[in-house]
Amino acid sequence: MTEAKSVKMNFEVPGQNFDRAGEASAKLKKMLQHIGIPAAAIRRIAIGTYEGEINLIIHAGGGKVEAEIFPDHTVVVISDTGPGIADVKQAMQEGWSTASEEARAMGFGAGMGLPNMMNCSDKFDIHSHLGEGTTITMNFDY
Amino acid sequence: MADQYLHSVRILRDVCHGCTNCLKSCPTEAIRVRNGKAMILPSRCIDCGTCIRRCTYHAATAGSDNMEMLKQYKYNIVLAAPSLYAQFPEKISAGVIWQSLHDLGFDEIFDVGLASEYIAMEIADYVKNYTGKRKPLISATCPAVLRLIQVKFPELIKQIVPILPPAEAAAIYIKSKAAREHKLAKADIGVWFIAPCPSKGANIRQPVDVIHPEIDGYFSVKEIYTRIMKNMSNLGSGKRNVTTGSSYGMCWGSAGGEIASAGLVNAISVNGIEEAYEALEQISMNKMPTLDYLECNACQGGCIGGPMVAENKFVAESNLKRRIAVMREHEPADREETMLASMVCKGFPLSQDYTIPIKPRPMMQLDDDIIEAMKKFEQMEDVLQSLPGLDCGACGAPSCQCLAEDIVQGRAHDMDCIYKLRGQVRKLAYGMIELSKQIPLTSGPEENLSGPDEKEVLPGAGK
Repeated sequence: MTEAKSVKMNFEVPGQNFDRAGEASAKLKKMLQHIGIPAAAIRRIAIGTYEGEINLIIHAGGGKVEAEIFPDHTVVVISDTGPGIADVKQAMQEGWSTASEEARAMGFGAGMGLPNMMNCSDKFDIHSHLGEGTTITMNFDY
Repeated sequence: MADQYLHSVRILRDVCHGCTNCLKSCPTEAIRVRNGKAMILPSRCIDCGTCIRRCTYHAATAGSDNMEMLKQYKYNIVLAAPSLYAQFPEKISAGVIWQSLHDLGFDEIFDVGLASEYIAMEIADYVKNYTGKRKPLISATCPAVLRLIQVKFPELIKQIVPILPPAEAAAIYIKSKAAREHKLAKADIGVWFIAPCPSKGANIRQPVDVIHPEIDGYFSVKEIYTRIMKNMSNLGSGKRNVTTGSSYGMCWGSAGGEIASAGLVNAISVNGIEEAYEALEQISMNKMPTLDYLECNACQGGCIGGPMVAENKFVAESNLKRRIAVMREHEPADREETMLASMVCKGFPLSQDYTIPIKPRPMMQLDDDIIEAMKKFEQMEDVLQSLPGLDCGACGAPSCQCLAEDIVQGRAHDMDCIYKLRGQVRKLAYGMIELSKQIPLTSGPEENLSGPDEKEVLPGAGK
């Protein structure tokens, strides 16, 4: 029997379907609790993954949440083959949103999703190409 | 992890049928059926009393103390909370209730509603002065919710307000006061709480939030109500003078009362253990970051809906509302003015002198060692794949997920699953049929081996 140095999780998130919103992050959270990762780290991982999962549902038309849990850190990769982001640097700005003027006047589009994910994680990478999709990699240390 | 967990919830083995009702309802999956009887895993029980509610045979109950124990003390004080008054229609005055309690053997009665007003002021101040980023702040009044957070949402411990529950604060105050006034040692004074639920009892035995509980024991609302009703005819015209809090103390008995008395508007009240779980889950996902305060009770309806009350919770609510309405008739319109006028306790304790930080209670970890836990996790997933996923409870565990965990932890066997067991029996039966076809070399022709037609014995055996 080989030494289990990491545990993997794979979750398909369907797009435009709020019925199962949050399932991937809830499943990951349970795994982390079973393994005994510290509570403070679990909180950051759950929140970061949740924000990414919601983005998959609302913006990306669905995608994948993959996680690998190590004894001292967890890597979460959220990927999709959706429309992609034209200007990643702009998208990462706090307050910048794709919501229209009218939507923002109504209170939508706080523009904090991606910045929140970055703030939760210890290392944050985002790659995106128009027409190809987006991949976000978050590292959480503990 | 051999910590001693002292619990208030008990299963009466003589009455228990070993069915699946309580098993499936436990919010922390703390119940298993073993040898035909339900048993509670001490490390997982949060004393919420859901099993008490669900048991159709009344086999689950909350332990409470014996009234004989009053004899151990020179002076006995009883804490009467709104949930007690709510058992009686408004026409039975607080004075009559106090007299009945006196007749039961208590030397003094203290109204918990009075303490609630001090606590409400502390909560209001704390919320107003809070500059932390993590919101909402969470109420510390329901011990079952505190335990639920310790076990399932330890990351939210930081958001629990470091404030005493009213009954604890009341006990600290009244015991000191009685010791001074009657020139007794505190150890000679018994302070008793009339509890609507097992969690308040458990918190007395083994508090998670206060350094040294001054409450010496508890009786259930149900028991005291029964005794009072029995003695009603002997009451005569006795009616004690009472000192109660205002309507803003009385309202704590039902859902929403805590935030109403603290004057918190940017707050919500969540009631019921499943509802509490749901709300806490959302809070742990940071979905309510602008909410100031969460009032959270494990019982629907608030404390009047506790599992150890006598009266139906809706009847109790209507009783409480009537009492409050009558009190409001004689109170100033302004809430703060009303509360300040009734807060007559000199030297009421400050929470900061008595509360202790709440510790997490890790329950979900498969092993103290992370690598071992990872291995067990993978084994658990494998075992789960082999189970039918019916969550039927026949194995004595509430779900296939729990059985998988129990198997991996050595607490159960995969043949506890009756579906797997039946599958194994079929396999063995086929094996025996095959074996029975082997003719020993010393035997003669087949006529020596007549027996029932295998197609009759095993449907599908011919396939």
